[in-house]
Amino acid sequence: MLRYTLKRALSLIISLAVASLVIFFVIEVAPGDPASYMLGINAQPDTIAALRTELGLDVSKTQRYLNWVGGMLHGDFGTSYTYRTPISEMVADRMWVSLPLAAFALVLSTVIAFPAGIYAASRRGKAGDVVLMGATQLGVAIPNFWFAMMMVLIFAINLRWFSAGGFPGWDEGFWLGIKSLTLPAISLALPQAAILARVMRSSLLDMLGEDFMRSARAKGLSRRQALWRHALRNALIPVLTIIGLQFSFLLAGGIIIEQVFFLPGLGRLVFQSISQRDLIVVESVVMLLVFSVIVVNFAVDLAYAAVDPRLRSRS
Amino acid sequence: MSLLAIKNLSVEIHGNPILRDVSLDVAPGEIVAVTGESGSGKSMTALAIMQLLPQGSEMSGAVMLDGKDLGQTSEAEMCAIRGNDVGMIFQEPMTALNPVQTIGDQVAETILIHEDLPRAQALSRARDMLDRVGLDAENFPLSRYPHELSGGQRQRVVIAMAIVLRPKLLIADEPTTALDVTTQATILDLLKELVSEFGMGLLMITHDLAVVAGMADRIVVMRTGEVVETGPTQSLFQNMQHPYTRMLMEASDHKATLPPHANKDPEPLLQVVNVSRDYRLPRTSVIARQKMFRAVDDVSFTLKKGARAGLVGESGCGKSTLTRAILGLEDIQEGQILLDGEPVFSGNKANLLVRRKMQVVFQDPFGSFNPRHRVDRLVSEPLHLLSERPSQSERTSAIAEALIAVGLQPEDAQKYIHEFSGGQRQRVAIARALIIKPDLIVFDEAVSALDVSIRAQILDLLAELCEQYSLTYLFISHDLSVVRSITEQVFVMQSGKIVEQGETETVFTNPSHPYTQQLIAAAPKLPEIGAQQKGPKNVAS
Repeated sequence: MLRYTLKRALSLIISLAVASLVIFFVIEVAPGDPASYMLGINAQPDTIAALRTELGLDVSKTQRYLNWVGGMLHGDFGTSYTYRTPISEMVADRMWVSLPLAAFALVLSTVIAFPAGIYAASRRGKAGDVVLMGATQLGVAIPNFWFAMMMVLIFAINLRWFSAGGFPGWDEGFWLGIKSLTLPAISLALPQAAILARVMRSSLLDMLGEDFMRSARAKGLSRRQALWRHALRNALIPVLTIIGLQFSFLLAGGIIIEQVFFLPGLGRLVFQSISQRDLIVVESVVMLLVFSVIVVNFAVDLAYAAVDPRLRSRS
Repeated sequence: MSLLAIKNLSVEIHGNPILRDVSLDVAPGEIVAVTGESGSGKSMTALAIMQLLPQGSEMSGAVMLDGKDLGQTSEAEMCAIRGNDVGMIFQEPMTALNPVQTIGDQVAETILIHEDLPRAQALSRARDMLDRVGLDAENFPLSRYPHELSGGQRQRVVIAMAIVLRPKLLIADEPTTALDVTTQATILDLLKELVSEFGMGLLMITHDLAVVAGMADRIVVMRTGEVVETGPTQSLFQNMQHPYTRMLMEASDHKATLPPHANKDPEPLLQVVNVSRDYRLPRTSVIARQKMFRAVDDVSFTLKKGARAGLVGESGCGKSTLTRAILGLEDIQEGQILLDGEPVFSGNKANLLVRRKMQVVFQDPFGSFNPRHRVDRLVSEPLHLLSERPSQSERTSAIAEALIAVGLQPEDAQKYIHEFSGGQRQRVAIARALIIKPDLIVFDEAVSALDVSIRAQILDLLAELCEQYSLTYLFISHDLSVVRSITEQVFVMQSGKIVEQGETETVFTNPSHPYTQQLIAAAPKLPEIGAQQKGPKNVAS
């Protein structure tokens, strides 16, 4: 197990190094000089040159890459071209919105999907299964921003249980923060839960048809016990894969929901930075997202091994 | 009173009759074998006893276990009976165990379901039972996972799981069909010992009459959901009443009559010279040296034109690897393989000039066809190997000729593969191989998935084709009796090497290598029909 963990950790580091190279060079080759963009069309060439020096754009590409990576390694992401503030501070504020939102949505999605998938699988072909699977079909088909608007209409405008948008900050109290993230999290979670429930159901159904389930029944386990004790853990492997993918999606893909609910999250930051040619912010945020995706995949790999002994011994 | 008494058991699934009026008994300490071909309902009978029939099944009649009618028993009570009073083991040991649980937990689970014990105590009883079935604590600690065990070892775990509570009745559904002959022999011995030691009744389901002959006290022969004949093993073999039983028996022991050779002094066709094939093993770490596994080790032999040769060996002996190398599907590391003097593999790919002279028929008649193509397209596929494309009319007549040769109709060309039975599919596979009139056909376990009666027909077909097409073939199988019936020359393979070769009859009657002797001794044998026997237990010595 230790060996497996080390191997996965090594591959994590390699992935990060490759990702940083790709991100840096892809964004660097994009046209548009940040310095001239910031100073406007009428700027004098020497003013632009001065700004380029100030921003550290006048050194070679390799040197800039090394400076960027070196800085990130001790928490210095550089300074935003537009706002002239340290990126680490900008990102940290946004991260404290996006990360809890993604985690909240993921928890919700899992909490909805697991029981739904297990229930549907155990009642395959019966009314409960048909109704649930019909609901997930809808959940997959309807875009999350529509859910978001419906949520706002029902719970914010009619019932007035939640506010329609905005985020007060965690300083105002934990529960207040959670409350303002609830509607966005539900909107994000519903389509994800629908997908996850379908995966859970089909994965469980595959397992129910396996020979070892027949063995379990022949031992004297009831259908239900056999499902919980033998099918579930085996069925988790494809489900874990989807959960891993969903977390990455929720973290980076919350941009529309952030717009709908006026949340100061990472998605909005990236969107603004791109339109302002604030390349260094874009690079840093994308790198951060990549980092979180890779770390989540690493965690999923470890979870695989915890579930499946065959993976542990393969290395 | 008998332990298990089934009376007039009938089962319908969604209105289709599956079992009709099946009656049979098992006494304590008795081994009763239910035998028959696929679709005879033998497995359904077992599932009906366990009350684990598929959904949509309707059952009538009585299944009495120790005087209790299981058909009238509630599901909750059945859960208390399964595993405790009746144990069951299945055919496929590779998948019958939960891959993510240790063997100790899986055996102990049977105890914990039925008895209120601390886990540690259940585990120690599981340990005792694993010891009893031949998995010692030192090599097979309770913490082992199924994937760390071989097929035979897994089947021992499955047996331990089924009998740890010493059930009165054990049902074994094809318990050794997926195993090698030598493993099969040890598992059958183990089952026999356990029956006499525990005084269990054993209901054994198997299609293999030779296994039945060596194991059972009584035999029940089934066909299409009905019992056609039943009786004590000895007298049943001596005096078969039902023509179906007789047919099964004859088909199991079928010997195809191979035609005489036309050419008395044939030239060599396939030359395998000092061939070795290595596989890379997965690296244990990035810096470790790449380890190799030699699957085929310095193998040499020659097939002359018109040879009818067999290659036998147990799983993992390298016979499939050798087959792939002969067919030019993979390169070899040492030696050379020549067909008609030309290498089968050259320039990093199969040599097309040679490839068109060879065809192959695989084991699985269900998986080896594209289900979306019609038979004419499937059968004519090898024609693309020819340098000149045949015209449409040549193609049609070639297809018709090939189909007729294998006993099908030219009209069958328009059908899809799912319209054919397993035996017919294997005929289509042979037609596909014949269509370019190859010099060599490789049969890779080509009859292993077929019922005995169909198998006999296919073997006869091969013998006929030998005459018609002067075939040269290499028949690869784990089944010694089939190889004996259809070949004149045989190679015995063990751990990548050919350990013995010679004329088939000589090798089988007078094996010289210890491994061949072991294989032949382990293979279950059929008694002569009507021959006097001392007792069933002596037959499979």
